[in-house]
Amino acid sequence: MSASASLAIPAVVDRRRYRAMKWLARRPAAIIASLVVALFVAGALGAPWLAPFNPNAPHFDAIRRPPSDVYWLGTDEVGRDVLSRLIWGARASLLAGVIPVTIALTLSIPLGLLSGYAGGWVDGVIMRVNDAMLAIPFLIVAIALAAFLGPSLTNAMIAIGIAALPIFLRLSRGTVLVIKTEDFIEAARALGCSRRRIAVCHILPNMLPPLLVQSSITVAAAIIAEASLSFLGLGQQPPAPSWGSMLNAAQRYLSQAPWMALYPGLMIFFVVMALNVLGDGLRDALDPKHQ
Amino acid sequence: MRLWLYIVRRLVVLVPTLLCVSLFTFGLQQLLPGDAALALAGEEHDPAVVAAIRARYHLDRPMPVQYGIWIGNILRGDFGESLRNRIPVAELIASKLPVTIELALCSMLIGLLIGIPAGIVSAARRGTPLDVGANFLALSGLSVPHFWLGIMLILLFAVRLGWLPASGYVPPWESLGRNLTTIALPSFVLGTGVAGVLMRHTRSAMLQTLDADYVRTARAKGVLERVVVLKHALRNALIPVITLGAIEFGRLLSGAVLTEQIFAIPGFGKLLVDGVFNRDYAVVQAVVLVSASLFVLLNLLADVLYFLVNPRLRG
Repeated sequence: MSASASLAIPAVVDRRRYRAMKWLARRPAAIIASLVVALFVAGALGAPWLAPFNPNAPHFDAIRRPPSDVYWLGTDEVGRDVLSRLIWGARASLLAGVIPVTIALTLSIPLGLLSGYAGGWVDGVIMRVNDAMLAIPFLIVAIALAAFLGPSLTNAMIAIGIAALPIFLRLSRGTVLVIKTEDFIEAARALGCSRRRIAVCHILPNMLPPLLVQSSITVAAAIIAEASLSFLGLGQQPPAPSWGSMLNAAQRYLSQAPWMALYPGLMIFFVVMALNVLGDGLRDALDPKHQ
Repeated sequence: MRLWLYIVRRLVVLVPTLLCVSLFTFGLQQLLPGDAALALAGEEHDPAVVAAIRARYHLDRPMPVQYGIWIGNILRGDFGESLRNRIPVAELIASKLPVTIELALCSMLIGLLIGIPAGIVSAARRGTPLDVGANFLALSGLSVPHFWLGIMLILLFAVRLGWLPASGYVPPWESLGRNLTTIALPSFVLGTGVAGVLMRHTRSAMLQTLDADYVRTARAKGVLERVVVLKHALRNALIPVITLGAIEFGRLLSGAVLTEQIFAIPGFGKLLVDGVFNRDYAVVQAVVLVSASLFVLLNLLADVLYFLVNPRLRG
């Protein structure tokens, strides 16, 4: 009996996922956004094969060259190819988007389950700490943590992950509070399922849709946060390329080489916009009120 | 429920939150790699200096005692002394905060002027190209990295056209005209983000109220569509937007870090960045603590405003 109950939930989740995918496929904006995100990921992963030049190799005979047949997007202050640095910089952005969200998810799911399912003083303590972290603005937390941990891409990702945690934790806990009052949880309890089994097999799969939507929005915010930290010199360290550090260097040559500032910013803008559109689409698709 | 009772209840909840914020801020110091006294000493490796820092920050005492001394000083308004400027951090904050408040107010004004009319038009003309365009602009405002937008605007308005200064700040009491020219670009940069958020929320709230029965009744009575939208629907749609505005203002006070850096505006955000690069950790901790406290208080203000404008909550 308990096996059949646990099988019923994934079937519901699968049906919902199928409906969501079908709904998403009817949205041209969401399709374009998916393509942009796919291109971004493919570019980041395929950087060694796609980049025409070594991103860190200076060409002192081609300093601050405007876009041309050789250097499609121009060169920077030491003659490095902007396009190659953009392609390799996508790796830093991809890592900075995915790893902080993974950190936030890994910590928030068990804590959210514990907080929402256990309730009482455990919930009280976790949520008071969470409220305090929510009170400190995202970028301030990230900057302060990155400053105290030391400047590096790894520390920036840890800082962004910790800064993103409170929103995920609040969402996880809220979702658990809603799910645990559902009839199918009551049924599972009546069938004799253990608390751990209910939490892992019944509550956890149903927590994922809102967390998925939040993840896509947070990846976008994390990409901007990494670019901001790298722009300040607290993220990716030179000469390794990152869109934020490219913008930092470009600031000093605005009048002589505006292309140095234009393309990294446009890349961040398009990727973040695509992720936001995808997040909106996923939210609408997974929210029954919109279907 | 009475307003004062509501405020007292909310204030009671704030105490543990602010206590946790202070613990987090204090804990930042523990993240310093290696010996905190050495890290705080920076380039200075003279053992006497390191010993003096250790004694001054009570680093030789147990952690709870260190926290007790630290929070006691904070509650007396003593945030320590800036290692770089050799002046009390509280003084630094008091001199920088008004600049950021002015920037936040101007950005909020721009955000309101763009966001709310765009949200109203978008909802009233739902499904039309105007709606699609307004949504696209709102999403762009939310997606554009503000520091990049700032750089691009400097390139256009300062470098190419020469209409506005590229950076710097002139206080309003020195010259109001020059103050406005220095603050115009950064305010617009920050205002675009606020406009995006306000536009989306205004549109969503307007769509809900435009579908409400009382709006349908007003239309059935033959009330002009403009009056229906601007008087009947907007009044109720603005309730959540007002509270959102208070939260956005809190975000602006702390979110201007990079914008202030790019435009060289000597505000709160620049103080944080300078503190980070000068390894002036007392300044960094103070900025984190003050911005979190301001954010919490503005959230409280948002809740109180919501309580005041929503008759259902007052019972």
